[in-house]
Amino acid sequence: MSEVLLSIDGLHVTFSTRRGMVEAVRGVTLSVEKGEMLGLVGESGSGKSVTGFATTRLLDPAGRVTGGKILFRGQDVTKLRGDDLRHLQGAAMSMIFQNPRAALNPIRGIGLQIADAILTHKKISKDAARAEALDLLRAVQIRDPEARMNAYPHELSGGMCQRVMIAIAISCNPALLIADEPTTGLDVTTQKVVMDLLADIAAARGMATILITHDLGLAARYCRRIAVMERGRIVEEASPKTLFSMPQHAYTRRLVAASPTATSRIEDLVTEEEREGVVAVAGRPRTEVAHGTPPLLEVRKLAKRFDKGSAAVADFSMTMTGGESVGLVGESGSGKSTTSRMICRLIDPSEGDIVFDGQSIGHIASRDFHHSPLRKDIQMVFQDPNESLNPRYTAFDCIAHPLMRLGGMRPGDALRKRVDECAERVGLPLDLLPRFPHQLSGGQKARVGIARAIACRPRLLVLDEPTAALDVSVQAVVLQLLDRLRRENDIALLFVSHDLNVVRMLCDRTIVLRNGGIVEQGESRALFDNPKTDYTRKLVEAIPHIDTGPVLAAAL
Amino acid sequence: MTTGLGATLVRAGRRLLSSLPALFGVLVFTFLLMRVLPGDPAVFFASGPNAGKEEIEQIRKQMGLNKPVPEQLVYYLSDIGHGNLGRSMMTGQPVLKDLRERLPASLELTFTALLIALIAAVPLGVVAALRPGSAIDHGVRLFCALGVCVPTFVSGLLLIYVFYYLLGLAPDPTGRIDVFTSLPPSRTGFLSIDFLLAGDVEGWWAACRQLMLPAVSMALFVIAPLARITRASMLVSLGSDFVRTARSVGLSWYKVVVTYALRNAILPVITIAGIVFSTMLGANVLVEKVFSWPGVASYALDALLSSDYAPVQGFVLLMASLFVLVNLVVDICYGIADPRVSIE
Repeated sequence: MSEVLLSIDGLHVTFSTRRGMVEAVRGVTLSVEKGEMLGLVGESGSGKSVTGFATTRLLDPAGRVTGGKILFRGQDVTKLRGDDLRHLQGAAMSMIFQNPRAALNPIRGIGLQIADAILTHKKISKDAARAEALDLLRAVQIRDPEARMNAYPHELSGGMCQRVMIAIAISCNPALLIADEPTTGLDVTTQKVVMDLLADIAAARGMATILITHDLGLAARYCRRIAVMERGRIVEEASPKTLFSMPQHAYTRRLVAASPTATSRIEDLVTEEEREGVVAVAGRPRTEVAHGTPPLLEVRKLAKRFDKGSAAVADFSMTMTGGESVGLVGESGSGKSTTSRMICRLIDPSEGDIVFDGQSIGHIASRDFHHSPLRKDIQMVFQDPNESLNPRYTAFDCIAHPLMRLGGMRPGDALRKRVDECAERVGLPLDLLPRFPHQLSGGQKARVGIARAIACRPRLLVLDEPTAALDVSVQAVVLQLLDRLRRENDIALLFVSHDLNVVRMLCDRTIVLRNGGIVEQGESRALFDNPKTDYTRKLVEAIPHIDTGPVLAAAL
Repeated sequence: MTTGLGATLVRAGRRLLSSLPALFGVLVFTFLLMRVLPGDPAVFFASGPNAGKEEIEQIRKQMGLNKPVPEQLVYYLSDIGHGNLGRSMMTGQPVLKDLRERLPASLELTFTALLIALIAAVPLGVVAALRPGSAIDHGVRLFCALGVCVPTFVSGLLLIYVFYYLLGLAPDPTGRIDVFTSLPPSRTGFLSIDFLLAGDVEGWWAACRQLMLPAVSMALFVIAPLARITRASMLVSLGSDFVRTARSVGLSWYKVVVTYALRNAILPVITIAGIVFSTMLGANVLVEKVFSWPGVASYALDALLSSDYAPVQGFVLLMASLFVLVNLVVDICYGIADPRVSIE
């Protein structure tokens, strides 16, 4: 088992961009043994994917290996040409990618795509290749493989597509598989199924795997060794257990702290050094709501049916008091986003009523709701901070816009003061206000999105996966910010997320949705510690828990 | 696959139905436009400049121009309903017959030109996309720019000068065929095909030679949009995740570029080709004029100049119907080429 399959030595990769040369990887050294699963963990821009692409020779034309060696079975990969290179790709090492649906040819049947890969490396007839493709579909546990052979990627779910991608990648029995964020964007339950499958296949075929991910918990669950990357360098390499119990490097410490676990609290998400500024407010207790206060939001038997097909949401009822935080969780397609948009009055419910602060708002058509005086009381923070900001508005305009439209403010000193206030509130440096979205980082854009939502002093903030597109360290800061806003400004939060660890930390109560209906609800901690339904239990178990990671990894 | 094709046909049928109101609108609009345009056909078709008022009045009556416009429109629509497009004052023949004689000439020319353009544009676009920013890319861009900048009648005359006058390779650039060649029995109306069906290889060759210069000068003009769209969509395709997947398993260069990238990239080219075809059919009247090609566009232009209502209205209706038909064909092609379309 100790035979070294791949060894990367002092790898440097440089990209030529419009602003000159950018070094994405600066001296990465690591080795992978035969049959081992290595985790390569880091945040966006750390160079982990670039390292993977350099190894499989799939770098963009703009990227070049400028130094170091990549030895695969003693052969320098960076110097391969022509047929040697093609033999390497697919037959010796292969790769699976993030966003499986885009990674498959949309206008070619999946059976053909698998057969394409087989025919490249084996001299067999087309029928034989087809038969092998069918076997591979069985191996990746696709139901009804005969019928699926002619299916196109758009007819399959994301998880299914990733299985097909795995089938393509393993079609020629490579010795090394590089999985680049293979489950990002998939539901937790699908993530678990796909990762289990990948681990099983790798073990059965003695295939070494590099798991590139931003999710420490995931890496800990499946890998015995984890390498942490930061800004093009490997800063630490250890077993998951040592990594979590005794992280050596400062960056690793920050990353470990920021990764939400089953027991972590919001205050724990940043390391001691970073916490100083925030600690004073975090301790302030919540004001208890007096008994008999009318609820802020009451939703009664809400339902939504789209043109055809079954109901997206049916019989959904809930109440929220001021300053409360409620989590809405479920797999994709469970109706959580539809529900949150109905409550925000962005789409119209088919049935039921929404009562906000004693007034029925469910019957106001969503396209007229912006006239309602309650519009500024219910605000929304959207999932993708890049897509949800107008690219031609500066950060200042973004925050000022709702103030002018809903708050009736005119451009002037008062408006500027209020915008500055909001920016300060969310921790956005004031000198960033004149910038356009593309000049801001992901975390800064998320802050602009939140500042815009709180500008009109709403009483209910609906957040649709606000941190899904963010790195864990940025997520930690954003979560702290949200929690602080709730405590200090008494804003009620309706938090839609598939990340149960985050919901557990942030929300007092949690509602679990499945196929448009409520499966279970209750106080967050109790619900997650003692799930009453199988579905919730499945969801909870599918989360990669960091503390149980080493045990599971040892069992594999 | 059968269900996909069935769905495509259903979609095409629905498209056809939904385009009927538009066709009707075109009909009425052209009718009114012709009545509004200055020029009195009765004066134009009277025996001469000295024709008396009575004579003109009589022609007027004969043509039904003395009735109020709405009544004329009703008569016109009822005629159309009976498949009668009216009679051309110029040729003295029914418009339907004129168009039927001339349309194949235009279609043959346009089809050939489009084929030449596609054969040239797709490889040019692909080559340019494979090496963006290289000398080849810039060369293709220059060629496309020249093609667009030079008007078709200039390029047509230039081609005649070089290939007919200087080199003597091309035949006399007048009409579809040498007047002394005996014509094959008309079956499709496409001379080159009719010659082949009649087994007359010599005649076929003569027809093709005659066809080449006008088709090439027409094609030069539309290579640019086709090549540019091929390049752009090929660049997207080559940079896509699925091409990376194809490369990651070591597929051959041909398989990656043609089967994976090009087949996806060709989808928008189909749409553009449809638009280009419709435009070429009606708008390339200049080429027809330069090469004395007996097509519908030059026929319509002559009719317009002499205030001959019926042929112009017939021509516009024909073009509108062809446009609908071409879009329909593009739709069906698209449905076959892209399995995702049929489910939407």
